[in-house]
Amino acid sequence: MRVALIHPLIKRTGEGDRNRLDSITLTQIPQEKSERAVPSLKQKSRFNAERLFKGILLLFSLLILLIVLAIFFELIRSSSLSLKTFGFSFVTGRVWDPVKEIYGALPFIYGTVVSSLIAMAISIPVSLGVALFLTEWAPLWMRTIVSFLVELLAAIPSVIYGLWGIFVMIPFLRTNVAPFLQETFGFLPLFDGPFYGVSLLSAGLILSIMVLPTITAVSREVFLAVPQELREAVLALGGTRWESIRLAVLKMSRSGIIGAVVLGLGRALGETMAVTMVIGNRPEIVASLFSPGYSLASVIANEFSEATTPLYLSALAECGLILLAVTFVVNGLARLLVRKKSA
Amino acid sequence: MNKALKILAFAGLSMATVLCQGCGDTIKLNGAGATFPYPLYSKWFSEYHKLRPNVQINYQSIGSGGGIQQIKAKTVDFGASDAPLTTEEEKSMPGEVLQIPTTAGSVAVVYNLSGVPSGLKLTQNVLADLFLGKIKKWNDPRIAAVNPGVSLPDLPVAIVHRSDGSGTTYIFTDYLAKISEEFSKTVGRGKSVNWPMGIGGKGNEGVAGQVKQTPGALGYLEFAYAVQNKLPYVALQNKRGKFVDPSPETTTAALAALNKELQKDVRFSVTDAPGENSYPISGLTYLIVYKDQKDPKKGKILLEFLNWAMNDGQKLAPGLHYSPLSAELVQENAAKLGSIAVK
Repeated sequence: MRVALIHPLIKRTGEGDRNRLDSITLTQIPQEKSERAVPSLKQKSRFNAERLFKGILLLFSLLILLIVLAIFFELIRSSSLSLKTFGFSFVTGRVWDPVKEIYGALPFIYGTVVSSLIAMAISIPVSLGVALFLTEWAPLWMRTIVSFLVELLAAIPSVIYGLWGIFVMIPFLRTNVAPFLQETFGFLPLFDGPFYGVSLLSAGLILSIMVLPTITAVSREVFLAVPQELREAVLALGGTRWESIRLAVLKMSRSGIIGAVVLGLGRALGETMAVTMVIGNRPEIVASLFSPGYSLASVIANEFSEATTPLYLSALAECGLILLAVTFVVNGLARLLVRKKSA
Repeated sequence: MNKALKILAFAGLSMATVLCQGCGDTIKLNGAGATFPYPLYSKWFSEYHKLRPNVQINYQSIGSGGGIQQIKAKTVDFGASDAPLTTEEEKSMPGEVLQIPTTAGSVAVVYNLSGVPSGLKLTQNVLADLFLGKIKKWNDPRIAAVNPGVSLPDLPVAIVHRSDGSGTTYIFTDYLAKISEEFSKTVGRGKSVNWPMGIGGKGNEGVAGQVKQTPGALGYLEFAYAVQNKLPYVALQNKRGKFVDPSPETTTAALAALNKELQKDVRFSVTDAPGENSYPISGLTYLIVYKDQKDPKKGKILLEFLNWAMNDGQKLAPGLHYSPLSAELVQENAAKLGSIAVK
């Protein structure tokens, strides 16, 4: 679904000419052939087959629409009790108390957004750097190896990331990174308080590694799509390598980069398993990144199976609804941004 | 080509006959529910299958909430839950149900202090105040007072609790709510509660991992996990004032001390039991079956299995760190099973 949304953005970046060519060849060649080679009797059946094919494709596309609508409908239906009981205070409430049946999702929204923001802050520059290096500088042998490894990162199951986070990353953070951050930036509220390991910072770091392959792979494709002539044109005018990247590559790929980032952000917002394992699962809003937090996806995964009262289940369903809404808003914003930039 | 097809068909046919040996009289029972007794239940089902090869029992450990919902919807032959159904819940079922306690388990309080490899003791008040966040350091004089001669470090107490809804949390908070009025008022008892502080680990293994990794951690675990992870556990002060280690024996002792109450109502909470050797934090887990068994074949098998579980099945419990039921409770169950009507 997301891929389908993003794809047009990527295409628009500079592949326009090639696309037009493709579409011409695709539509014209079969027609020509059919006229020449196929007897008229068979032509009718071919026509029918084509209509059937088109019909099936249409059905598939409608199916996607249907699935999204069904998910939305079901989420609203199952969260109706919570929507009625808490109204808007569900989104602003800070207390999540299943015993007293008071539910407020603000700490989860906060944890989801903050951990995703940390992830993006780290992974965007790194991913774009890797993608640029791979397309502009790297020798061919390195290109294949690094691309392969980046794609491999995307294939690692999230539970493995979570375990790696608990047993490798967190001990490393505790002994090396956290003391350094505390000593140097301890005056900032961001790095205040004791570091127990599981925290918003750990969740953000794990996520940054998890979204890195997505952003890298997509933006690499985008950079590759920039016509070589444009780079050469900048160089011919006396520009440096950096100027050719800035003026030709980056400028042409802007909307594609945003598409890549949105795709990565989508993964970060919805990631459940790895985040649950390292975020600390504490519904609290604290400025310090060292303190444990909680995310929307995690609370659903954690509490759904043992939630028995109708209101409890309904509140968890509303968390799902909010997560979907957050994803939609983020996607929508990015698309708006792209439209403005390309207009 | 034809030959290959024939061979394939033959192979398929012979495979089907092998797989379906005794298909005619194999009886399948389906159950779903609590994760806490799952290791014991799966042992029971496989042992029973060895005993009676034509009986196959499938169990999905989807959590108590799911178990209750599925038995209510009659999609399974029996449900399993750590928390017994309340009278209200019982009434909402489509038919009269029996709640049969099958085994008991205890919750161990585990810690991570490098200087104290074992033998830490805690009184009721100190335990409650630790989990209320009122005692913040390990070298607090109140902890030292119960542990003379133990050198306690100047470390913050890092509380670790379950982040997912669980029967273990229910038993533990039920105990804390009994021994501390403040805990009962501010936190309360439940499968998920709003903890005043601490870090949430997902599942018993999540808590065990977190405790293992965090110096100064204090958490609670199902007893079996404490043993498997070789984590030191606290000897807790029981109602009589004795300090008791968790074990199958001390848990069965707690059940025996509450015989009268359990005979009146098997749902009676067994935490904070009287008796010299009673370990104070333990709980029963229940199977939920309909009193009217509509399918005579299945009903008969279910009844036979339950009777087996009450006798031979109990002997398998200690090996898996569960506590066998007391003799009186077994008798009580047998009487109850006698009331099941198989039509």
